[in-house]
Amino acid sequence: MSAVPTRLRTVPWYAAGLGLLAASVAAAITIGPASIGVGEVWRTVWAHLRGSEPVLTPIRDGIIWHLRLPRTLLAAVCGAGLAVCGVVLQSLLRNPLADPFVLGVSSGASTGAVLVVVLGVGGGALSLSAGAFAGAVAAFALVLALSRLLGGQLDRVVLCGVAAMQLFSALTSFIVLTAADAETTKGVLFWLLGSLASASWTEVAVAAGVLVAVLAVCLAHSRALDAFAFGEDAAAALGVDVARTRMVLLCATALLTAVLVSSTGAIGFVGLVLPHAARAVVGAGHPRLLPAAALAGAVFLVWVDTAARSVIDPQEVPVGVLTSLIGVPAFVVILHRTRTRR
Amino acid sequence: MTLAADRVTRAAGGHLLLDGVTVACAPGTTLGLLGPNGAGKSTLLRLLAGLLAPDTGVVTLDGDPLPGLPRRAIARRVAVVEQQADTQVDLTVLDVVRLGRTPHRGTWSAESEEDRTAVREALAATGLTDRADQSWHTLSGGERQRVHLARALAQRPRELLLDEPTNHLDIAHQLDLLALVAALPITTVVALHDLNLAAMFCDHLVVLRGGRVVISGPPADVLTEPLIADVYGVRAHITHHEGTPHVRFLTAQGDQAVGKSSTRTA
Repeated sequence: MSAVPTRLRTVPWYAAGLGLLAASVAAAITIGPASIGVGEVWRTVWAHLRGSEPVLTPIRDGIIWHLRLPRTLLAAVCGAGLAVCGVVLQSLLRNPLADPFVLGVSSGASTGAVLVVVLGVGGGALSLSAGAFAGAVAAFALVLALSRLLGGQLDRVVLCGVAAMQLFSALTSFIVLTAADAETTKGVLFWLLGSLASASWTEVAVAAGVLVAVLAVCLAHSRALDAFAFGEDAAAALGVDVARTRMVLLCATALLTAVLVSSTGAIGFVGLVLPHAARAVVGAGHPRLLPAAALAGAVFLVWVDTAARSVIDPQEVPVGVLTSLIGVPAFVVILHRTRTRR
Repeated sequence: MTLAADRVTRAAGGHLLLDGVTVACAPGTTLGLLGPNGAGKSTLLRLLAGLLAPDTGVVTLDGDPLPGLPRRAIARRVAVVEQQADTQVDLTVLDVVRLGRTPHRGTWSAESEEDRTAVREALAATGLTDRADQSWHTLSGGERQRVHLARALAQRPRELLLDEPTNHLDIAHQLDLLALVAALPITTVVALHDLNLAAMFCDHLVVLRGGRVVISGPPADVLTEPLIADVYGVRAHITHHEGTPHVRFLTAQGDQAVGKSSTRTA
């Protein structure tokens, strides 16, 4: 029961998890209308990384390098990020139902994106992302200001988040109903349900960078998160600077959620279910839980997105629809298991 | 010197919870806080723990004002057992006790030999060694209170603050827990409802009413029939046994004693 061996013992597990993630990404890339082998994937990626000549025809090379690889990597980053945000918010807010969207960030993002689409500000994917990001930040700022006004306790944050969620969904519906034509509505809807179809290398790089930074911040606060188990006073009595920790972690998760939502739309349930699944496997200690949830979320979303783009070929199912279809039964099973264990 | 509150005041919603309270703990002794519900016992404990800041006045630790000390430094000295602290997280007894090492551990450092010893000793002192792997959610109220005490002991504090730690405990567990706390070589402040338990286990008592100190001193001086009538509005008969006062409550009508439990004053 000594801790140093415990820590060392976890290393092979992380290695195995990363291996599983790499294998999942590689396997997912081979799946699709154009049949591509794992070997071709490795050789193409290797060639691009070394900067040498493509080994396949330009079309097949493009499918791997410009379509499937960024999309799969964005799925992995997005899944990991949402799961990490879910872990942090559930622990910090002491609410097992908290997820990355409880801070109102996703509904703010959709309002921002819809405004860009409907009002035709700018044009193209970049301004859509920018609009979504601005909306997300605005919604979070509103939630933070409101909850501070109401006393600043964490349960207020949850209530204000729910209020903001309702407000911004109403705004979104209002804008869509009054201003959008049928074609725009369809585009907006697809985006609201979440999609990784428009993944680009820029988005992958930005999202991955923010994910790494936020994960590092959360890991640095992992013992403080453990101390929140019995509430804010208990955490303070254990030496945690509650106000600072709360602010840092809320802002970090809101930033990560905003970045993810602005490139993929609102992909539901990953941030709610995966933390519970990871907790059921590795326990509630955050130094282990955070990386485990990140890995589980990454592998999960890679496969769900692969299913989303291939089950009703050639049509694409919005990935958010599939995550919920899979997530709800999984959620019930997990909750049932933890109930019987008590 | 150890923990001391100097003329602390705290208001909430236009209502004074504490009004110029001065309390000084003697090192290594057990100080009991008494008073009816709403007298300000919990608020005073929260101020002493630095969880709440006084509106006026100052709380000091070894003479240093608390606001000037980092939270972590305070938590290495002062441990708190709240009235009732529950969690939804699936934790074992060992997990909870380990939380007590939080202020002693670095961000990235693994558990040290000292951490392990402190946790082991805290479990042993509270008789929980065999239950280390039991789930928190399967524990009774009394067992949870003991786990919280073990967690507080794992902090290796020099000051221990307890807010009605014997609530929800049967009489055997009340005696166990207070005997354990009183025997610790650390400075303890404990809010209690039971006057007899306070008389048995505290070296010094402070009686609060409406946020003010009514009287303070050794139990034999503080617990008098007029004081109990004045503060609690209850008639009592007090006998002394080897210097320890014993309180027997009387009904409003006659001199009939109504049982031994002083919790009726609550």
